[in-house]
Amino acid sequence: MSEPSPADRRIGVYVCSCGGNISDYVDVPQVIERVRDEPGVVVARRAMFTCSDATQQEIIADIRQQRLDGLVVASCSPKLHTETFRAVARRAGLNPYQYTQVNIREQCSWAHTDDHDGATGKAIGLVRAGIARTARTRPLEPITVETVPRALVIGGGITGLRAALALADLGLGVFLVEREATLGGWVGGFGAMFPHDRDGRTLIAGLVDRVRAREEITVFTGAEVVSRSGSFGNYRAGIRVSGTGTGIGANGGPDPKTAESITVEVGAVLVATGFDTYEPGEGELGYGQGGVLTLPQFKTLVDATDGPLTHQGRPVRTIAYIYCVGSRQPHGTPGANEHCSRFCCTATVHTALRVSARDASVRQYHLYRDMRSYGKYELLFDASRRAGSRYLKVVDDQPPEVAAQDGPAGGLTVTAHDALAGGEELALPVDLVVLVTGAVPRANEELTGVLKIPVGTDRFYNEIHPKLRPVETVVDGVTIAGACQGPKTSIEAVTSGLAAVAQSAAILKRGHAELDPLVAVVDPLACGWCDRCQDSCPYGAIGRAKRGESEVAVIDETVCKGCGGCVPVCPRDAIDLHGYTDTQITSMIDGLAEAVA
Amino acid sequence: MAGHPPTGDQHPRILVFSTNTISDPGIDLAGSSHLHYSPGIRTISLPCTSGIKPAWIRHAIQRGFDGVFIAADGDECAYLPDCAERASDITARGQQLLREADLAPQRVKMAAICSVCADPFITHMREFAAALTRLGPVHAPAERVAV
Repeated sequence: MSEPSPADRRIGVYVCSCGGNISDYVDVPQVIERVRDEPGVVVARRAMFTCSDATQQEIIADIRQQRLDGLVVASCSPKLHTETFRAVARRAGLNPYQYTQVNIREQCSWAHTDDHDGATGKAIGLVRAGIARTARTRPLEPITVETVPRALVIGGGITGLRAALALADLGLGVFLVEREATLGGWVGGFGAMFPHDRDGRTLIAGLVDRVRAREEITVFTGAEVVSRSGSFGNYRAGIRVSGTGTGIGANGGPDPKTAESITVEVGAVLVATGFDTYEPGEGELGYGQGGVLTLPQFKTLVDATDGPLTHQGRPVRTIAYIYCVGSRQPHGTPGANEHCSRFCCTATVHTALRVSARDASVRQYHLYRDMRSYGKYELLFDASRRAGSRYLKVVDDQPPEVAAQDGPAGGLTVTAHDALAGGEELALPVDLVVLVTGAVPRANEELTGVLKIPVGTDRFYNEIHPKLRPVETVVDGVTIAGACQGPKTSIEAVTSGLAAVAQSAAILKRGHAELDPLVAVVDPLACGWCDRCQDSCPYGAIGRAKRGESEVAVIDETVCKGCGGCVPVCPRDAIDLHGYTDTQITSMIDGLAEAVA
Repeated sequence: MAGHPPTGDQHPRILVFSTNTISDPGIDLAGSSHLHYSPGIRTISLPCTSGIKPAWIRHAIQRGFDGVFIAADGDECAYLPDCAERASDITARGQQLLREADLAPQRVKMAAICSVCADPFITHMREFAAALTRLGPVHAPAERVAV
């Protein structure tokens, strides 16, 4: 594992001002001055924006003219621009794995706006550590893996159906797995939906017809994904079919009508398992007593008939909607749903409009915390006000109360404090209370364990980055889309599904994929084969091979996930992780320590 | 340099081992939220907590850091279902190495930090810094250069 001498390297260092985001707090010229004589550094420059096209061209010119063999960019978080500067290196003919991103914005200038000298000193240390790491890089080549031109779509709601069709349109085979007995998910049970009054049942029926007409798509209903093995580009997924499979396609899988447990081979997995709605606790805002419904229950009631609105045989003349039930719960409460569910404000406004259109004399009171009918859905909010809906902002720490009215006539009384009227108490006699319940994550522990997708603190699936890599997970080839990521409208869910399709198809259509070569590597001269590393790898990436008379560990680089979990278990220090080798990390510690000493 | 906390004062120097997809984004979020912490706190990000070598912990203390904080993946690790146990083991081994070097094992601390754990990160840093301040400076200056 010998590495070239750091002093012999030709490294270019570029420190970004980020338009003041960094240079307002970090003395960038001083950073340049303090690192330009570090071993191996031949170019050290500052830039207003290192990510700009102009600076990228300057870096490319430097790499070519100065024959650089290492690149350090000190700017923002690696989550944002690692790929940008890897591409810069590639375009200039420099191996992209000989570049290091140093985070002097999120983890320096922005965290130390109150201490400019401290921020500058820290930036010097961070850049030194980046130089030290780069000086110990070696050229690496991406790992190329063949990919199977098929995808597994988990979830047969609107996102999964639309994604399956889009994948098929691109000429890819699709296995569509739905846990329920029928396709369609939540939207399949809806009537008219915002914003265009399209009927959910009709919409889903059309999609299901199109899916069933496609040879490329094989549908399994009443089925669950119970295992996953293999690696990116060539996964084997075990599917347990407990219901009746339908629509066998041309993908070569067993006939799902008879199979109970089958295995399919796919190149990518798209997870679109959707959400659940919040179920209020017994007695929560009157839930459980007659006349108190959740939003989905109320939508079903409205969808059920075109005539005058009735509930349990009684005409509904007055309705109170209580918003944010099960959403935006107080921070710090164990198990709290702190998220906004996004769709429920507009869905309620839209439903209220439908009620008004049916009978304009029905009185509707909306007890809201903040109206979030965002974007063009604001037009629906305005329309509902014109149609007679009354909006009352309630005080957060004085939530509404719901009580049954005395007397044979029944009915309910909602008591609330109107925040816009100085907290004045209002008592509203109503026929129906609608609890505007939002989305909660679906209970998918088994699937989460199978796919190993990270789950956020909100208990929805986590993408790598909400803006830059919004459908990718840390598991190569496994994308997430729709409301399994967090609350979304159906339009947003389908959009993310199509993004996941584009992400998956871009790889599968090419027939091969390139993986980061930042995987574990064994020094066969140091290895004494004790099997501890093999035991430590749940992916089965480590095997053993003969080397002369002895046996040594070998790592299958296409299976290795690059976690490094085998590194500290080796009693002989025979394993390193490319990009994070022992010499790189210790030299980074030295670089950081030098600046703090 | 100017503005830098001197050794062992109320602003101890802490090396943080974070992870690329779980805890480092949480630390990024602290900065994005302009939550302040000492510039003596510096981070090295790795793919997974389970890949930290205990010797790096000792090396960091011997090179001048007052403490090492492992911002662990915890149960959110995408790689290893037993990552939390492995991280505990690594921490324990790091503490043992410190004991063997006549250094206080309390100089290494581990806690799970998620990708949105900006506030908890700041709290951990404050509490760990206070604990390190109570410990005082690394007591064997010679050990710092004996690497």
